Amino acid sequence: MQAENQNPLFETSEISGKPVVRIIAVGNAGDALLGALGMPEFAGAEFVAVNTDAAALAASSATVKIHLENKLFRGLGSGGDPERGRALAEEQFSTLKSACEGANVVFVIAGLGGGAGSGISPVLAKAAHEAGALVLAFVTLPFECEGNRREAQAQTALEQLKSAADGVICLPSQKIFKLIDENSTLVETFRVTGGFLIEGVRGVWSLLTRPGLIQVHFGDLCALIRDRHAENAFAFVEASGPGRAREVAEKILNHPLLDEGRALAESDAVLVSLTAGKDLTMAEINRVMEQVKRQCGHAQIVMGAAADAGMKDKLCVTVIAAKQNAPASSVSPRAENRSPVSAAAGHREPAGSRPRIRRAGAKPVQGQLPLTIISKGRFDKSEPTLHRGEDLDVPTFIRRGIALN
Amino acid sequence: MFDDSNIIAGLEIGTSVIRVAVGETGESGALNIIGLGQAKSRGVRKGEIINPEHVEEDLRSAIFEAEQMADVEIRSVYLGVSGGHIRGFNNRGVHPVVSADREISQDDVDDVVKNAKAINLPAENTIINHVRQHFFVDGQDGVTNPVGMLGARLEVDMHVIHGNANRLQNAVRLVRATSLEVDDVVFNGIAMSLALLTNEQKELGALVIDIGGGTTEYVAYSDGIIRHSGVLAVGGDHISNDLAIGLKVSLARAHKLKEEHGTALPTETAKGQTLSITNDIGLELKRVNVGHLQRIMALRLEEIFQLIAQDLEQSGLTDYLRAGVFLCGGSSRVPGIVQLAENVFQMNVTPGHTTAISGLTAALDQPEFATAIGLLKYGSLRQRKHLARPSLVSGIKGVFGKLMSRS
Repeated sequence: MQAENQNPLFETSEISGKPVVRIIAVGNAGDALLGALGMPEFAGAEFVAVNTDAAALAASSATVKIHLENKLFRGLGSGGDPERGRALAEEQFSTLKSACEGANVVFVIAGLGGGAGSGISPVLAKAAHEAGALVLAFVTLPFECEGNRREAQAQTALEQLKSAADGVICLPSQKIFKLIDENSTLVETFRVTGGFLIEGVRGVWSLLTRPGLIQVHFGDLCALIRDRHAENAFAFVEASGPGRAREVAEKILNHPLLDEGRALAESDAVLVSLTAGKDLTMAEINRVMEQVKRQCGHAQIVMGAAADAGMKDKLCVTVIAAKQNAPASSVSPRAENRSPVSAAAGHREPAGSRPRIRRAGAKPVQGQLPLTIISKGRFDKSEPTLHRGEDLDVPTFIRRGIALN
Repeated sequence: MFDDSNIIAGLEIGTSVIRVAVGETGESGALNIIGLGQAKSRGVRKGEIINPEHVEEDLRSAIFEAEQMADVEIRSVYLGVSGGHIRGFNNRGVHPVVSADREISQDDVDDVVKNAKAINLPAENTIINHVRQHFFVDGQDGVTNPVGMLGARLEVDMHVIHGNANRLQNAVRLVRATSLEVDDVVFNGIAMSLALLTNEQKELGALVIDIGGGTTEYVAYSDGIIRHSGVLAVGGDHISNDLAIGLKVSLARAHKLKEEHGTALPTETAKGQTLSITNDIGLELKRVNVGHLQRIMALRLEEIFQLIAQDLEQSGLTDYLRAGVFLCGGSSRVPGIVQLAENVFQMNVTPGHTTAISGLTAALDQPEFATAIGLLKYGSLRQRKHLARPSLVSGIKGVFGKLMSRS
């Protein structure tokens, strides 16, 4: 238990109604991501690191460090066991809660699958929620090659996190394989994976803090994600040059993290943040939004645009799509598999009162499979009937993402 | 070109059925339907011919049936065309009146109409029909015949319907191959609206929707003239296909399910109900969920209406359709479709009923025959006009590019 996590340590500068953002990194992966985040860019945010590993914590660049420790573990950390991580976190629940006090938004950054990330993050999200902050979790899922155990731990943690945090932005590392070159090194791969997550953080961050041309207010964001407990898909794309708007729109629709645009069709809330140099035109915004709007149909869209002189002629777009609620009947079996410790500690609501647990979340990659092989039946070989970018030959219920059960 | 006989035939090569209607014009010029013919269509998909051989065969049997029934020989037909490539838009032609007394002459009118027809089309496209809307004399709207009026500037709006020349020509060649002449090519949407709408309804403003097997055509009238037309290459086939995919049954089975259990509005009672599909000897093969069936179908139909509603909204016509929406085509028989259309369009919806033509009542009661009968009416109107103005009959007539006056 550290003494330095007293709240007064935060220079809580309540400037001009800007939301107070606290970025909390959990575990080693979280730390590494925090290091890569590039602190100067996030001026005004407060950085906190939570870890069970004292050595890693010492090396962390965060301003506030919370070391979770128990004599029984002899300084060995959680040892890859989420139960230990959770037990530690729950033991010091009040510490975590006080670390979140005073913040409007808490970003929880972690890599799921290990002991600290999987164990602590859900508890931390819960604590932050109780402290009155909007909780957004940015997490990575392990690569498939890391083994089934880590995969299962990550999935369990993801389910827990989804019910504890307001929104979870989840990056299945496996999907990154599609994006990177075969020959890239391990370091590079991790950098790319982390990069994606960081872009997500940056997108939301700039949405909240940059003086926007079209400002997204903190209230809008709250309204969009508060208590949704949804899993979000996100994508960050950029392009430059004269055709940048079209290029960006195309990239969004082909983005693997958005399942080639299908994630948009299935979402019921979409947040789009555009950042470009001073030369950003309304027509460009319109072009990008037109595509997004067309793709997501019924979703509620929140859009923000900001100009940044440093961007030159680059146009960056961050898209965050919250998945639709699956039918309530599909509580995954993993959800029942809760830790007895947490149940006893009483930090959670009873399982019955947790209304929104997403079926799609359980197997993010597998769940999408049926959609990739839909055929157009008898119209397979005929000229597609295109209407505003939609192929009308594909059954309506599939295009609108309506589940038939 | 016109022989002495007063027999007119209308031919629609539809995606699911080829239909022929035969009529004769009496002494007074009134049209009387005397025969109908139909044959299952096998060579058409989404309103376009994909297998000419099959189409020719089916066409012959449909014509034969109609000839038998009417006891006449059909020599020429008015051919209805459709397909996703067909587009309609409005174009304005301008002509300065240069005569000294500023009186508008027939020549001025001909000139301005010619100007309105001069439009830039994609190279492969050709005009199917153009329909004159209103004249403007010095900006004054709503002039139907400006000859004799005074003015400096004469304008006219034209509704031009165009499509891919080769695909249109395919249908024409096919009909000619069966040794029939093609009197004229008409967009199906125009034909069906002629059959369904009375002049009063056209004045009030009306939308006609024909949901056919492979295409959905729609035409909007207001102030007595065609304001807007369009084709969606989506129809009843898509519903069957959606069902086949969604319920995982064969296409033929899906078609049957659609006809037997289809509805445009999901019913509460169907939720969770299942139907068993049996094979020839009564063994159960599969159970399908009726609730799913209804939802899949309702979603598709709703989408068709929504797309049309969007299109009309964009052309700013929604508020001018005071007579409401008229439905025809095979899908207008789906239970609940009127209610669904009312929900989407928020206006009065009527199942279309062929009007203003006498003859076989069996023909008039079938919404599927609206297009073929409309082609007949188009033909009778044209012939009457030609008889009244013989000067126009002379000269070589092309198949495309003729002016259809207000009816």
